Amino acid sequence: MLTVRIIVVGCGKIGENILADLANEDHNVIAIDNDPVVIGNIGNIYDVMTVCGSGTDRSVLKEARVESAELFIACTSSDEVNMLSCFIARRMGAKHTVARIRNPEYNLDNLGFLKEQLDLSRAINPDRLAAKEMYNVLKLPWAVKIQTFSVRNFEIIEINLREDSPFTGVKLMDLRNKYKAKFLICVVGRGDKVYIPDGNFVLRPGDRVGLTAEPAEIQKLMKAAGIEKKYTKNVMILGGGRIAFYLAKMLSDSGVNVKIIEIDEEKCNKLSQQLPKVVVINGNGAQQELLFEEGLASADAFVSLTGMDEENILISIFASTHNVPTVITKVNQSTMVNMASRLGLDRVISPKELMSDVLVQYARALDNTRGSNVETLYNIMDDKAVVLEFNVSAEFHGTGIPLKDLRLKPGILIAGIIRSRMAIIPTGSDCIQVNDKVIILTENRRLNDLSDILK
Amino acid sequence: MNRRMIFYMIGKIITLEAVLLMLPLLVSLCYQEMNCVSAFSITIIISTAVGIAMSLIFKPSNKVIYAREGFVIVTFAWIFLSLLGCLPFILSGEIPDFFDAFFETVSGLTTTGASILRDVEALSHGTLFWRSFTHWLGGMGVLVLIMAILPSDNGRAIRIMRAEMAGPVVGKIVPKIKDTAKILYIIYFVLTFAEFVLLLIGQMPVFDSAVHAFGTAGTGGFGIKADSIGGYSPYLQWVITIFMVIFGVNFNLFYLLILRKFKPVFTNRELWFYLGIMLAAAGIITYSIYPIYNSFSDSVRHSCFQVASIVSTTGYSTADFNLWPDLAKGVIFILMFLGGCAGSTAGGLKISRVIIMLKAIIRDIRHMLHPRSVETVKFEGKPLEPAIMNSVTTYFALYIVLMACTFIVLCFEPSFDLQSNLTASISCCNNVGPGFGLVGPMAGYGGYSGFSKLVLTFAMLFGRLEIYPILLSLYPRTWRKK
Repeated sequence: MLTVRIIVVGCGKIGENILADLANEDHNVIAIDNDPVVIGNIGNIYDVMTVCGSGTDRSVLKEARVESAELFIACTSSDEVNMLSCFIARRMGAKHTVARIRNPEYNLDNLGFLKEQLDLSRAINPDRLAAKEMYNVLKLPWAVKIQTFSVRNFEIIEINLREDSPFTGVKLMDLRNKYKAKFLICVVGRGDKVYIPDGNFVLRPGDRVGLTAEPAEIQKLMKAAGIEKKYTKNVMILGGGRIAFYLAKMLSDSGVNVKIIEIDEEKCNKLSQQLPKVVVINGNGAQQELLFEEGLASADAFVSLTGMDEENILISIFASTHNVPTVITKVNQSTMVNMASRLGLDRVISPKELMSDVLVQYARALDNTRGSNVETLYNIMDDKAVVLEFNVSAEFHGTGIPLKDLRLKPGILIAGIIRSRMAIIPTGSDCIQVNDKVIILTENRRLNDLSDILK
Repeated sequence: MNRRMIFYMIGKIITLEAVLLMLPLLVSLCYQEMNCVSAFSITIIISTAVGIAMSLIFKPSNKVIYAREGFVIVTFAWIFLSLLGCLPFILSGEIPDFFDAFFETVSGLTTTGASILRDVEALSHGTLFWRSFTHWLGGMGVLVLIMAILPSDNGRAIRIMRAEMAGPVVGKIVPKIKDTAKILYIIYFVLTFAEFVLLLIGQMPVFDSAVHAFGTAGTGGFGIKADSIGGYSPYLQWVITIFMVIFGVNFNLFYLLILRKFKPVFTNRELWFYLGIMLAAAGIITYSIYPIYNSFSDSVRHSCFQVASIVSTTGYSTADFNLWPDLAKGVIFILMFLGGCAGSTAGGLKISRVIIMLKAIIRDIRHMLHPRSVETVKFEGKPLEPAIMNSVTTYFALYIVLMACTFIVLCFEPSFDLQSNLTASISCCNNVGPGFGLVGPMAGYGGYSGFSKLVLTFAMLFGRLEIYPILLSLYPRTWRKK
């Protein structure tokens, strides 16, 4: 497998997370930071090359050999430094540049212009990314995670099965007939293991299930299965930072009642100016009376977005015990994410990890489009399974054969076929055709070509 | 302390040694030296068995290593390598005494080139080849070789590399440690091969060319003739001189040359300092020895060869500098401390440390004159961390202590004079090889007692690994369970 030469500028919390993930993926990573202590530490822990200096300094970039970099990521705490260093890097010959741009000023109307003028491949706003993820969770409240693929209308939705779920105790092949909906259970996580199920697989309570369905069918299916809860109407957000702003904006634009509790008066004023439809409360969210007074008990969802991980986790647990159906917790420190999940908070969102995931996928896409025939590659189920997207060329021998007759290697599932931008949830009688896109699900196995799925 | 990982790595290294021993076995087969063939075969069998057993028994579940594991792995790897590496000498009966054989092997691996042999020319080809081949392996480092060959899933392996590679700051030249190690070995191999070919062109026999190329590349210095390089033609002596200088240069610079980045190479302070010192020393020595040789070209050749040999810590010689005037001997004595550039195969203090210490001295003097002055010391165009400056001065102190201790122990020897003992300890700690007096270039270390040999053996190991790894491995707290 070929690797991508990547330069990461800024080794703060986000930068370190990104370069750790990229180095784990076997890429050639060069880290730049102007703090010699930080950079020394990075060099000791990760297999990366380190350069001490500023990302806007040409001689530093030259030392990092920016001209041969395929991907240049700037994620210092300053938007301006990020944009400038990406601009310089691009001018010096970096192939793709990605800047972390946080300030809403740049993000609202100017972003397209900035991206074009600076020739950025991508501008990533971790706050907005997190808000989008939370929005997805709120729109499909029973889903743990939603992975959208390059073709918009194909998604893998992860749900946790509860004790009373009607999906349990039935063979998968019977499930489909039972609900008469077009859906496919493609991956099951049980404990620490991941299974690619066949028709005889029986689900158990507590399983984490990844399924695909046509978007219109999902709501229908969930209703039929009795999983669909009532639609989210009232959302309470604790903390009025940037993520809260983006999330409140998205939610209120789609007609949800949003209430933000923020301790800082100035922030409250600003929020109420920017978001006229949102109710902004000035108060301390750690006070139980305030939460009850503002209707915690009747909220459909509670999102805790304060700056303190510990506070977010505690208040989220408190909200869960008061039967708020959906509780989302923002956690920044990666070590805390696992701990929080163990406490029973299943919607823990880490902006840092989201950003890192996006960049890892970006690097993989760069890598794969160059080396193999994989279009894109995604990790699902806590990185225990991989979803690969392939273009079908005429060289593939499996075209025109019904899927049930294809001799696949064990542990491989064809999760979807995309034909002229329409997603098909495949059954045994569907065939792969030339120029289709095929979505393959497998357990962490690296496949380079679509032919590799066949025995 | 991840003990399993330590023994697992050592197991791998021993297995690698078994593979590498095939080469001298082949040479022995070519020359039909049955004695050596059986000695090498037995060693290979033992190494393979021990190595594979160790890496199977200690297969680690947790591969994380920290700085302390890095140091311990390097120390024990070198000790195990030397213990197994001396078996062929003992088994073939050519160096029957254990202390002698151990000294000779460590001297080879640490690229010192000090020998206990009285008559080198009596040895068989296989043994001579293995002796010089250890120079080549030890020069760049055996663990670096492991990293270049074996798949590494460990970013923290930089700790091992840092413990084995010489110099105050070990940096990578490419992002991945495996690729860095590979590139270094490729450069090393190509340069060695280039020397081999140039020696062949000068009509040196094939076997001699290979052995001397290994000895120069590792900056080792085991010769195969009683008069070292003295008997070869002036052309061959010049070729070896130039390559001794080349192998004392930081290998990163060669990589920059391959990338066609000439500016950082030509502005490299350490390189100019290195070349400048050698030129100045060669000039003084030429002046000093001219009356002996009465020929300008001979004087220049001998002085250049000896200077290159001592500064790069190789230890070959074309003339017995024991017989030279005191001025020339004085210069050579000072040169023994310096060593080559950081990141080369040379031993010694390293030129970059010398520069950093000189800069620290200048800074302190200025600071005494202007107590309120604020000054940053720069090296290679970058501000120098106070932590690095401190570590360099501490290292220097430790280095002096090491030589002093070795020297005092040697002084217990009844039959050796002060000059011989002093230069023997300095020469071994700096991995140079020859000293003055009874341990001069045309003599050897054979006269020392077994205990003194063992002390010198460890002095060489301390010098090659730059003291800290062994010191830390001896520190009881390192071994405490967490």
